[in-house]
Amino acid sequence: MSSTDTRMKVSVWRGDHEGGEFQIFDVPAQDSQTVLDVVAWIQQNDDPTLSYRFACRVGMCGSCAMMVNGQPRWTCRTHVKKVLKDNCIEIGPLRNLPVIKDLAADMDPFFEKWVKAEGVFHPSKTRNDQIEEIDPASVQRVKADAGIECINCSVCYASCDTVAGNPDFLGPAALNRAWTLYNDSRDAGSRKILDAVSGAGGCHNCHSMGSCAHFCPNGLNPMDAIAGLKRATAAAFFRRRT
Amino acid sequence: MIRPHRTHPLWYAFILHRVSGALLALFLPAHFWVLSMALNEAARLDGFLAWTDMPLVKFAEFGLVFLLAVHFFGGLRLLALELMPWTSRQKTLAAGAVGLSVLVSGTFFLQAV
Repeated sequence: MSSTDTRMKVSVWRGDHEGGEFQIFDVPAQDSQTVLDVVAWIQQNDDPTLSYRFACRVGMCGSCAMMVNGQPRWTCRTHVKKVLKDNCIEIGPLRNLPVIKDLAADMDPFFEKWVKAEGVFHPSKTRNDQIEEIDPASVQRVKADAGIECINCSVCYASCDTVAGNPDFLGPAALNRAWTLYNDSRDAGSRKILDAVSGAGGCHNCHSMGSCAHFCPNGLNPMDAIAGLKRATAAAFFRRRT
Repeated sequence: MIRPHRTHPLWYAFILHRVSGALLALFLPAHFWVLSMALNEAARLDGFLAWTDMPLVKFAEFGLVFLLAVHFFGGLRLLALELMPWTSRQKTLAAGAVGLSVLVSGTFFLQAV
C-alpha cells in the first residue's frame, strides 16, 4: 500500500443501545483500502475507544458486517473506492440488531432465530452406522448446496424490511439454513423444520422484496430458499389434511 | 425518501405491487357505487359516462388500467415465485411485468383517444 496526501471524511456512529450520534474522523486515503482498514485506522491512530468487531479479514468469518452509506456490507471485502461518495463514507452498526457499543451489534437475536427455525442438525444415524454416500449431483443435494456457504454475517438480516417491521420474523439467514437442512438427506428433522418455519414469524411473513439476495456478500439467494419453504409447508399442510 | 438499502429492482417491484394494490382497493368502492347506478339511477349513470369522455378522465383511466395491469402481472410473478420452482431471474420477470403493463395500459390509452 502506498499512502497519498488525500484524506477522507469518515462519519462513524458512536453510542450504545440507548442512542448515539455520528462522529466525523479525518482518515488518510490509501490504495487498496477496505472499509475495515478505515475503521481499524481510526481505532489505532485517532480514538482507541472505538468499538467494532472483526476476525478473519478475508471474508470467511462473517464478523465485520456494518452499514456503509446505509447499506449492509462485509467491510473487510468492501473497497473504499467502491463506496466513497464526495470523499465521504458513513459507517454504522448493522440495522435490525441491538447495538452493544459503536459499530458492534448484538448478534444474539440473530443466532437465537437460527435455533428457533430448527437450524440445527438433526442426526439420522449413529457413529456405528456406515457413512452415507451422498450424490453431489442429486436434485436435493444441489438445493442444499445452494445455501450452504452462508457465513452468518447478518447482512441479509440487516437489509430485510420484514425483520424491521416484525421483530418475530425469523429472517432470511435462519430460513435459508432451515431450507438447507430440509434438503439434506442426512437430516432427520424435516417435520420439525416445517413446523418451526410455518408458524408466526415464519417463512410466510416474507414479502419477497429480495434485499437479502441483493446484498448477500456470498451471492446466496435466501429469497429462493424461503420460496422453497413456502412451497414445502403448503404441500405438507395439504398432505396432512388428506 | 427511499433509503439506500432499498435501492434495487425487486424492492421497487415490491413497492409498486403494494401501492398499486392500495390504490385499486381505494378505487373499488367508487367503481361499485357507479355500477350500482345501472340498477336504479340510469339517467345519472348516463351523465357520469358522458363525463368520463373528458380527456383528463381518459388519462386517469389510463393510470387505472396501468395500476390494474401492473398489479395483475406482478401478482402472477409472485405466485410463480412462491408456488412453482421458478425462482431465478426475478428481476427480469419483474421488468417484464412492468413492460406488459405499459403495453396493456398504453394500448387502452391509444384506443381511448
